[in-house]
Amino acid sequence: MTCPAMTRIGRLFLSLKRESQKGLIAFLTAGDPTPLRTPALVAAMVRGGADLIELGVPFSDPVADGPVIQRSGERALKAGTTMATVLGIARQIRATSDVPLLLFTYLNPVLRYGLERLATDAAAAGIDGCLLTDASVEEAETYVEAMHRHGLDTVFLAAPTSTPQRIKLVAQYSTGFVYLVSRTGVTGVQDSLSASVAPLVQAVRAATLLPLAVGFGISTPAHVAELGRQVEAVVVGSAFVRLIERNADNPALETQLEAFTRELKSGFGASA
Amino acid sequence: MTSQPDAGGHFGPYGGRYVPEVLMAPIEELEAAYLAARQDPAFQSELADLLRNYAGRPTPLYFARHLTEALGGARIWLKREDLLHTGAHKINNCLGQALLARRMGKRRIIAETGAGQHGVATATVCALLGFECVVYMGEVDMRRQRLNVFRMRMLGAKVQGVSGGSATLKDAISEAMRDWVTNVGETYYLLGSALGSHPYPMMVRDFHKIIGEEARRQILDAEGRLPDTLIACVGGGSNAIGLFHAFIPDSAVELVGVEAGGRGNALGEHAARFRGGAPGVLQGAYSYLLQDEHGQIALTHSVSAGLDYAMIGPEHAWLRDRNRAQYVAASDTEALDAARRLSRIEGILPALESAHAVAEAIKRAPAAKGKIFIVNLSGRGDKDIDIYREKFPELDQQ
Repeated sequence: MTCPAMTRIGRLFLSLKRESQKGLIAFLTAGDPTPLRTPALVAAMVRGGADLIELGVPFSDPVADGPVIQRSGERALKAGTTMATVLGIARQIRATSDVPLLLFTYLNPVLRYGLERLATDAAAAGIDGCLLTDASVEEAETYVEAMHRHGLDTVFLAAPTSTPQRIKLVAQYSTGFVYLVSRTGVTGVQDSLSASVAPLVQAVRAATLLPLAVGFGISTPAHVAELGRQVEAVVVGSAFVRLIERNADNPALETQLEAFTRELKSGFGASA
Repeated sequence: MTSQPDAGGHFGPYGGRYVPEVLMAPIEELEAAYLAARQDPAFQSELADLLRNYAGRPTPLYFARHLTEALGGARIWLKREDLLHTGAHKINNCLGQALLARRMGKRRIIAETGAGQHGVATATVCALLGFECVVYMGEVDMRRQRLNVFRMRMLGAKVQGVSGGSATLKDAISEAMRDWVTNVGETYYLLGSALGSHPYPMMVRDFHKIIGEEARRQILDAEGRLPDTLIACVGGGSNAIGLFHAFIPDSAVELVGVEAGGRGNALGEHAARFRGGAPGVLQGAYSYLLQDEHGQIALTHSVSAGLDYAMIGPEHAWLRDRNRAQYVAASDTEALDAARRLSRIEGILPALESAHAVAEAIKRAPAAKGKIFIVNLSGRGDKDIDIYREKFPELDQQ
């Protein structure tokens, strides 16, 4: 398999390592509450200290997502968000920011847009990589080749249920970083993190030198602190999306988002 | 011609395993357990005993004399899956998978249901074998199949309403998958159609292929030759693939699947995946799918909850690509008329799903003098009485 030249994602993890820092990865659904609003929300997250942005492309049937992200996808679809809309949002973000951007979605909207066409257009829009929740490594070869040809990273998930054999495949197909799922279950916030993270981190470390990020259920600075000791980056999704949902009509949303990002990021200080 | 998937569960380009990584290990575990059970004579003999003495197999192959005479063409035989315990073919698969779940040491079974027939069959086998049972059902379907909701509850199952999306079968499957992702260790997902990730399409097909094996023997006994045409309705496609499978090598036997034509040709008005659908990925499999230009799954409509689903099972897509089977559609109205006609002249009140297959037989038979048809009467219509009453109000006023 060809490896892409280093993207902004690869460069981010190099610089984090050089500075002995950890990364905060922030997810939001592009187009929620409206496509017009997304670039400003991303800018607020970046000001608050987000190191990488996952741009969720809404899908009508998100089997891996809990109710919070399901609802945000419904709002984004209702607001007319399509793959083309999200690429437009990425271009807008890229016009003023160098923050790494990862497309996060399901396979069907990508197949419909066209693998080759998406790889071309995403690279041109300044996207750095892609994560498809329902693309198992067994079915991913064509997708991975198309993305890599256009210099995009392909991030795959490793789960507490993944066997050593599967972890090897996930590591082999991933570039940029490997995304570890903290627990079994759908996306969503929870109070305490499963003890299954540590063995998973160890198993994936044994299979790859790539940086590791942990996500699913992370919503507080304490979670960030706890996981920051084990991996290079943590992902926060539903907690951001819930804040956006509750404050969609509030003109102070951007300020709140920036403050919440900063608060989460401060968790890393506690883990140093 | 044979019809077996490759090691990755592909029927040609269709099928496969498209699920979140959390589910990949459980799906591999399921596949290994199933392949072992399939080879195990003790498993097969326990299943055969339950199919015979609990479910009521073999089911009759009944010559529909009055329908045949009224249409004046093909000789029409009905495979009476509607006579099985719980009222539809679904019990074949539920018994097989529940025995597998017990063998795997699971204690909790979850399922989705559209018309409620799979839910009732799942609740039934869970009562029989002592599993905790949760059935996910779209709230729209719960309203139109109220009787089956109550049956499931009486059998001890918890019926969990699903309000997201179109609140029908597709959304019930998504919610069942979310439950499985969350409770992966102790839970067995008993999928009810020839859909989803490998090994489900193959396994569900295997548990239903007894329908065609019996029908093949029965028609040879009765008519002394193979039939010309098999007709079955296709939602996900489990009863159809069950009837078709034993006949796939018999290339002279025509295989006809009947999709839900609904109330119109526009996207959203029907569930005929081969009419306006395109290949795509949904809920674990790659197959023909009703979707919009952006890859969002389309809403579907059918008077029959069991056919109201956006994707067709992958083996059907492959049979169609190779011209081994053809797929047509029957409208809501045609299915309702067929149900009424069969009730009146044969004394058999079919499920709305199966009525789609009867409608196609009614269309074809007059021009098929000398031909033999087998129609899969996959379920009985008791569950649909509320809909029939609504559609035939004049019968209430007699």
